[in-house]
Amino acid sequence: MTAPAIELKGISKAFGPVQANKDISISVQPGTIHGIIGENGAGKSTLMSILYGFYKADAGEIFIKGQKTLIPDSQAAIRAGIGMVFQHFKLVENFTVLENIILGAEDGAMLNSSLGNARKELKHLAEEYGLNVNPDEVIENLSVGHQQRVEILKALYRKAEILILDEPTGVLTPAEADQLFRILDRLREEGKTIILITHKLREIMEYTDTVSVMRRGEMTATVKTSETSPEHLAELMVGRKVLLRVDKKPAEPGATVLDIKGLRVVDEAGVERVKGIDLTVRAGEIVGIAGVAGNGQSELLEVLGGFADGTGTITMNGAEIPLSGHGADGQARRAAGISHVPEDRQREGLIMEFAAWENTVFGYHHSPEIQNGLLMDNKGIYTEAEAKMQRFDVRPPDPKLAAKNFSGGNQQKIVLAREIERNPDLLLIGQPTRGVDIGAIEFIHQQVVNLRDQGKAILLVSVELEEILSLADRVVVMFDGHITGERDAAQTNEKELGLLMAGITDTSAVANGNGGNDTTQQEVPADG
Amino acid sequence: MDFLTLLQVLDTSVRLATPLLLACLAGLYSERSGVVDIGLEGKMLAAAFFSAAVAFYSGSAWVGLLAGVGASVVLAVIHGLASVTFRGNQLISGVAINFLAAGMTVLVAQSWFRQGGRTPPLEGDARFNPIELPFAIGPKDAEAAGKPLSQMIAEAGPLQQFYSELISGHSSLVYLALLTVPLTWWLLFRTRFGLRLRAVGENPAAVDTAGVSVVWLRYAAVLICGVLCGVAGAYLSSALQAGFVKDMTAGRGFIALAALIFAKWRPVYALWACLLFGLFQALELRPDIIENVSGIKVQVQLLGALPYILTVVILAGFVGKAIPPKASAEPYIKER
Repeated sequence: MTAPAIELKGISKAFGPVQANKDISISVQPGTIHGIIGENGAGKSTLMSILYGFYKADAGEIFIKGQKTLIPDSQAAIRAGIGMVFQHFKLVENFTVLENIILGAEDGAMLNSSLGNARKELKHLAEEYGLNVNPDEVIENLSVGHQQRVEILKALYRKAEILILDEPTGVLTPAEADQLFRILDRLREEGKTIILITHKLREIMEYTDTVSVMRRGEMTATVKTSETSPEHLAELMVGRKVLLRVDKKPAEPGATVLDIKGLRVVDEAGVERVKGIDLTVRAGEIVGIAGVAGNGQSELLEVLGGFADGTGTITMNGAEIPLSGHGADGQARRAAGISHVPEDRQREGLIMEFAAWENTVFGYHHSPEIQNGLLMDNKGIYTEAEAKMQRFDVRPPDPKLAAKNFSGGNQQKIVLAREIERNPDLLLIGQPTRGVDIGAIEFIHQQVVNLRDQGKAILLVSVELEEILSLADRVVVMFDGHITGERDAAQTNEKELGLLMAGITDTSAVANGNGGNDTTQQEVPADG
Repeated sequence: MDFLTLLQVLDTSVRLATPLLLACLAGLYSERSGVVDIGLEGKMLAAAFFSAAVAFYSGSAWVGLLAGVGASVVLAVIHGLASVTFRGNQLISGVAINFLAAGMTVLVAQSWFRQGGRTPPLEGDARFNPIELPFAIGPKDAEAAGKPLSQMIAEAGPLQQFYSELISGHSSLVYLALLTVPLTWWLLFRTRFGLRLRAVGENPAAVDTAGVSVVWLRYAAVLICGVLCGVAGAYLSSALQAGFVKDMTAGRGFIALAALIFAKWRPVYALWACLLFGLFQALELRPDIIENVSGIKVQVQLLGALPYILTVVILAGFVGKAIPPKASAEPYIKER
């Protein structure tokens, strides 16, 4: 057997009292795609940062191709043949592709010769791996997928033999993700070793040869991908059995809560984003809006949430609500019984610098029970926040911690706790599990279903088809500002919705219930 | 207004633009690396004092220049320590340096010279004297011909007037400042150092992950900034004027920052921006010209305020979109 491409022995790293990595040993075989999976905060990124010389381990040894190697900084990692593609790209946005690629790996003090050589080398790499990017394009004009290619090219230009990718598909469209994995396959064929860090089980199952699971700073298992299953991996990640499907009863819809007629929304640039839609949401049902991002779903949520203007009529519990001018703001909406978990929780749902307990009342700080017209009842809010965080299993349950210090899933739980506990008639929820890990997804989905079962109306917007199919009772598809179709969630499938999402309304060829997509089946037959 | 008057005004503009240009380029290096420096003013002031004082004692303007650069570099290192090493607030550090320089120069001047916080006037080689370029009409030619210099230039042809009045007759530091413009352009856009410098001001994480030290790049930029501010200060006290007086920078460091925004952090634009500000300052000295040209009597005070008004207008963003280096004013902290 050849020496492993990378071998880590007994790596430990603590940040203050937090033990991010505990005695981790792992061995990665050359020419394979090795997945590392774990929830947010499990220590995956810390481990890879140690390997790339960003952090110094407190203890442990690193062997590259059997040789003990010290990696005190990124320069040393590059010299050892390690390249890293970070989740947030490390590119200079107003530089060209070529300039970004040579940065730090120039041939000499003058740029011209470096640029010339890099251009030749880039052409060579493009042919070898199918990584085509225009070398003279400025980074900010490139799509996210192409920017990622530049990151990969940067590593290859530095002669990397080992490529680490940290959550590479988090920012990609499904098509871009497919392209990425084709490139990774090609790199593996050429003998490169790839470490794929992700929390998406599907990617691990489909593309990796071996998978290591991390939980709370420890390596819990390393197994051959072909010998494991998503359920088993999820259990290893979370430490208990996880339900990958949403467990829910059939919906029992009641009276109409939200009624939208002829809604149009024009954005700040003067472009019409929502082009006259009709939609109703009844009590006790979850209506899911599917669609590729940017087809008007966000604008719909914004108008309903009261932070964008629209035209048309919307009634809430039978009373018309204003869509512009006075009374069309978030506070009026909340007063009308609408709660909103916004799509971009870090920008619209939380104030990241503020403590969790303060974040649990934003938007409701006018409520008489927490203020007397002059002073806030900080003590009461704090105590209540503590209880809310307990009920919503926010980890760590420390109300004093700033919102930015929680993981994505726990931030979402804070927002949910605030919005759901106000007992709204209608909950608007956008991208509820974007950037949220698997254990928290289960919890969040369960909270949404519980709210439905209490007879509340829920409008869900998500770009994750799987989520729509498993959570919603009724699916409405938006394309280019129009509603292109409405389906019963139990009577449709990803293929049919995919066609509707592309604006094709004739879906007779694929529309026959659960055709070809068994991961999204409901356990119980849906209602009619 | 005749041609010669125009040349005289432009000549004064160049003299007055020189310290602005040096300070502006100093700021350009610093901000391109991601370190905002509002302490240009303080560094110039310290350099102005120490260069004048040392030039007075040593009798050599060049020795004085070295002392001025040294003083400015010391302050630059303090700014570097505060904003790069200790990741402090760059604005606060800059303000502190300005206050430090304003107080310290007067205090030390009073202690050394007892002339009310100024240095004694500089004479002879203690000043940077005008350089006469070949074939230009200068004082020696005037002496030889037995006519006043102004008359000799007035009698010459337009090309010779242009050459003698505007191009020739500046101190060596003026030419040095002008040469710094193409040099800076070349350094920024044609060398490895420039590429890395521009990158570190835009996205230090990209530089760091590429295996290049963010800290050393930023220190290099801050040091270059110190050197250029030092030259600017020395020019003020030992070329433009003959000796140091209290607060003699008179806000030039801040005007240079405005010019930097106006120039969109580009060296060649910086030259034009500083020349424009220099022109305003020159017009302040010759209010009669405006009156002759426009027929309106303009208050000298208004002319004096023009550079500052323009600064406000520029800072308010009325002059096109000026996008600063993205990482400026942000200390670099490694993140996961």
